[in-house]
Amino acid sequence: MPDSPIRFLQGNEVLADAALYAGLKFFAGYPITPSTETAERLSYLLPRVGGKFIQMEDELSSMCAIIGASLTGLKAMTATSGPGFSLMQEAIGYAVMAEIPCVIADVQRGGPSTGLPTRVSQGDVMQARWGTHGDHSIITLTASNHQDMFTMTVEAFNLAETFRTPVILLFDEVLAHMREKVTIPEKDEIPIVDRLVTSVPRGTDYHPYFPREDGRLPMSDFGGSHRYNVTGLFHDMWGFPTDKPDVVNELMHHLVNKIENRVSIIQRYKEYHIDDAETLLISYGSAARSARHIMEDRRKVGMNIGMLELQTLWPFPRQLVQEKTKNAKYIVVVEMNMGQIENEVRASVNHSDSVYLANRVDGQLITPTDIKNFLRIIHGRGI
Amino acid sequence: MICRFVFSGSGGQGVITAAIIMAEAAVYHGGLNAVQTQSYGPEARGGAARADVILSSEEIQYPKVDRPNILICLSNLAYSKYTWLVRPGGVVFIDPHIIKTRRTADARQVELPLYENCLEALGTTLPMNICLLGCLSRLVGLVTPEALEKVIENRFSGKNAEMNIKALHLGVDLVTRLPEMPPIQFL
Repeated sequence: MPDSPIRFLQGNEVLADAALYAGLKFFAGYPITPSTETAERLSYLLPRVGGKFIQMEDELSSMCAIIGASLTGLKAMTATSGPGFSLMQEAIGYAVMAEIPCVIADVQRGGPSTGLPTRVSQGDVMQARWGTHGDHSIITLTASNHQDMFTMTVEAFNLAETFRTPVILLFDEVLAHMREKVTIPEKDEIPIVDRLVTSVPRGTDYHPYFPREDGRLPMSDFGGSHRYNVTGLFHDMWGFPTDKPDVVNELMHHLVNKIENRVSIIQRYKEYHIDDAETLLISYGSAARSARHIMEDRRKVGMNIGMLELQTLWPFPRQLVQEKTKNAKYIVVVEMNMGQIENEVRASVNHSDSVYLANRVDGQLITPTDIKNFLRIIHGRGI
Repeated sequence: MICRFVFSGSGGQGVITAAIIMAEAAVYHGGLNAVQTQSYGPEARGGAARADVILSSEEIQYPKVDRPNILICLSNLAYSKYTWLVRPGGVVFIDPHIIKTRRTADARQVELPLYENCLEALGTTLPMNICLLGCLSRLVGLVTPEALEKVIENRFSGKNAEMNIKALHLGVDLVTRLPEMPPIQFL
């Protein structure tokens, strides 16, 4: 319905539309279930806005291509699933080290390896955090419905530009293949962060890694006004390799601190009935839909149950989780993996023995009834 | 109000398309919330096809349909696989030309002669799925034939649109020739 902002779309299509809203101009990817529809949609929508779509030979080259495109000044993204995400890890590390803004959408399916191509999982949470080698920090966002998917995708581009970092969008098969109503925001309804371009004039020395007073690093479109070096090696403010201990030490702290010191402004979350919650569910992604379903259902029969939905997974909002869980007697992490976020929650709360895991790892979406049964066991009421 | 549908059949019958069209009609022209999911394996075609739709006036959380109010079966495989899922008070819609019926589940079975009617009136059974939507718009309500028509016009063009709209009205009329039946229950 062209006149109305209401759309009924598949999650993958929402991802594509939101990326265009955020100013995407370059997509390189290799199709893989369950993320293929994003590439399909962008292959005909991107050229219409003067952007470039390219299907690469594999995921390694896809990731490298978006790094190159971003350096030249374009907002760039790729979309993949677990097996492809594994192949991208090396170049993600390069983007971290060279501080190149880009967005990587990982639509999670069952793993490891080729796993379950058409079934849901949330097994890539730790891979998003530590998939690439070496100490680093990274931003990872997720969502549980199409409206939030839209917002988080735009936010991902904004955070990538603000912090000059790769940002990972961690969605899953259920969200990506499901169709749901989404209201496309008006232009400028969600603020867009554009590339911070250096004011250093052409022909003058430009230092690509020399921060402004506010700590941000203005960029210069590669191949444009300035000559500079980009490398995956530890580098100085000119971008040239160095192994001077003080420079290396400073860069390492910069790469980690630029994100870890700003958790409070990166964290996105939703909360429901936290105040009186004796039992607190913590969930994210499509699992959060089932968690919210059972929370609302149980409140109707008088259970004091609330929910915290995480939308920023990395950097993990430890302080937030500690604060929100301080009155809860039972903290139940609902996720579709063997406890990847449960471990983070356990490390964040005051009493780690009050943390329980309610999970499902058979390729099926965890159901409200599954969670209800977990709660019965946790509350000591049998099955 | 919440009503859960499962459309099932074999690949190529258009059950998934029908589910999407109904959900679009509910969202675009009915002011309702809808969620549509489908399940499929790694194979490209054939086998069982299934699409779930939830229509609700409220926000929909859990997106899958474990126990449908309304089940539509257009293949024997789907019929034997899913009939037992139907909620008490729910209905199973089947095409008597395709399905060999058995009395199993605690649900009413309603026979919709889609195959015969489409073949007779349109000379093809291709738009059976749209004919089905015409029937549902009368029997279940929630989406109107007009809303469905708009979505079909938007989705198909030329001869396909024409044929599908004919099939839609065929379905609407078909219902008037069915025996009277009690209303379908959903919350």
